[in-house]
Amino acid sequence: MISNTFENVKKIYKKHAKIINIVLIILLLIIPRLMPNSYLMGIVCRILMYATLAGSLNIINGYSGQFNIGHAGFFLIGAYTEAILATTYGWSFWPAMIIAGIVTSIVGFLVSLPTLRLRGIYLAIVTLGFSEIIRIIALNWTDVTGGPMGIKGIPSPELFGFRISGPVDYYYIFLIVGILFLFITNRILKSRVGRSWISIREDELAAKSLGVEANRAKSANFMYGAFWAGIVGATYAPYYKFIASDMFTLDEGFNILAMVIIGGQGTLIGPFVGASIATLISEVFRFASQYRMVIYAILIIVMMWWRPQGLVGAYDSILAGDDKSLKKRKKSITQKVGDN
Amino acid sequence: MAEIILEAKGVSKHFGGLKAVENVDMEIYRGDIFGIIGPNGAGKTTFFNICSGIYEPTYGEILFKGEPIRNLNPEQIARKGMARTFQNIQLFKNMTVFENVRIGFHIRTKTRMFDAIFKNKTYQSDEEFVNEESMKIIDKVGLSAYKNTMAGNLAYGIQRRVEIARALALNPDILLLDEPAAGMNPIETNNLKEFIIKLNAEGYTIAVIEHDMKFIMSLTNRLLVLNFGEKISEGTPEIVKNDQNVIEAYFGKGKIAGGENS
Ligand SMILES: Nc1ncnc2c1ncn2[C@@H]1O[C@H](COP(=O)(O)OP(=O)(O)O)[C@@H](O)[C@H]1O
Ligand SMILES: [Mg+2]
Repeated sequence: MISNTFENVKKIYKKHAKIINIVLIILLLIIPRLMPNSYLMGIVCRILMYATLAGSLNIINGYSGQFNIGHAGFFLIGAYTEAILATTYGWSFWPAMIIAGIVTSIVGFLVSLPTLRLRGIYLAIVTLGFSEIIRIIALNWTDVTGGPMGIKGIPSPELFGFRISGPVDYYYIFLIVGILFLFITNRILKSRVGRSWISIREDELAAKSLGVEANRAKSANFMYGAFWAGIVGATYAPYYKFIASDMFTLDEGFNILAMVIIGGQGTLIGPFVGASIATLISEVFRFASQYRMVIYAILIIVMMWWRPQGLVGAYDSILAGDDKSLKKRKKSITQKVGDN
Repeated sequence: MAEIILEAKGVSKHFGGLKAVENVDMEIYRGDIFGIIGPNGAGKTTFFNICSGIYEPTYGEILFKGEPIRNLNPEQIARKGMARTFQNIQLFKNMTVFENVRIGFHIRTKTRMFDAIFKNKTYQSDEEFVNEESMKIIDKVGLSAYKNTMAGNLAYGIQRRVEIARALALNPDILLLDEPAAGMNPIETNNLKEFIIKLNAEGYTIAVIEHDMKFIMSLTNRLLVLNFGEKISEGTPEIVKNDQNVIEAYFGKGKIAGGENS
């Protein structure tokens, strides 16, 4: 049923892509004017931010088939890099954001090195360890990171001479970052580079036998995903004006992972759907926030059982598959979960 | 005499105590259709895996176009001009035939992230090249009707052809085919044979593993017979057919034993 609805929506979209895109962009641009309520816009901002963040994880998990569960570590590095550059060194937001992306990307490369020989659960454990180590460094390297006090008073960015602060305005920064992410990523995925990532996910040995340098491609994939996690981290820091290491725990990593799984790996739209659902759930269940992870867990189990490719998961476009391969994937995913 | 394109010198591969391949010498000349036969478990696939860099030999050396390659990995060897198919078909099952073939062009294109983001000349000419050439190969292998079908949904025999198409995209100097006729019906097998001969006439050197004697005898110009990892015979089909070692390995001593089944 979902796939049919999704198929139909896709068909309609393809038919009128241009008009729909324009309407969509206009709509996106005027949302804050229609809804100048900072509580509601706060939710929209979170959705947008997490959509890009989950999207960046989806690059790694969904497209090259690696299994990164320590994405919060990359998110942290982006946020801290921007915060430190902006507060200690007085950088303005935009260059600090770019540097944050690059620094995170370099760390992504370093993390990818020991993981090239690892797969599945072993790779997952390394990324998990990395995430915790990074958080502990942020907690203890007091001179640079403020230690347990975190970093306060992170200055708001400027855009066309205006100081951007508060959800109603900051929305535009998340929107720009999100659109850039989608635009650039879409181009990469539809090129030789994206094809090589997908081929590794589908069958690494076959990819290698066709001359795809799997290790290099996996590193590049990790770097690209980490880059955007860093960019999102960098936009997050001045949004909240304050960051501390406890905002980047493993819980946060699982949170991002849950969005990707719920929405669907290997599609561009999946993480957006996942981020919306997860954000709304955590908003609705705010009174029971400590049970949020339980709700995610239940949701993930249900998804695995009922729709392993996620709500709008792959299997359309170049990834489409029949029931048989679906069942196979279901099996392999249940196995993966079983391994955990 | 033609150039030796692929050469094995005393190649062995041991898995623990199991000598899957033991001290095998082989010479494939440019232009050959070279056959490797032997009963199931004889070490044929393992031998191909050594040639294509999936395994490093325990002993011995492999020379490809005169260059030692035992320390190279599969992607490096592919770049040097060797392409292969797999006995247990390894297609990208969730991708269309067209996508499968397009990935085969990886080493012949050079788009990097930067080129893709800006859709510059490199990207455009690569995409154009890949799309056009992929269509040509798909036509040539007779898969036009399945261009947009998911590879995993195709019949076995057709999947094998997709795998060959994908390997051809590399424009290799040598093509290694591991049991390409397995799972094919007699008509498909015959078409495959004609297709291999056609490829060979176009200049491809081909090495093919098969345990269907009739198929291989009428296809190859030289072949090598493995049994329990060791070379027991080699030469033209005529020589091999009459070799006492081969007759014993395949048919036992006077009695017809397994070899073709399994
Ligand atoms: N990765 C491996 N590990 C252990 N034993 C293997 C491995 N690959 C193949 N073998 C063994 O090596 C022998 C030769 O196998 P193979 O090369 O597949 O034979 P063939 O292709 O001629 O049927 C078999 O006994 C097989 O079980
Ligand atoms: Mg075999």
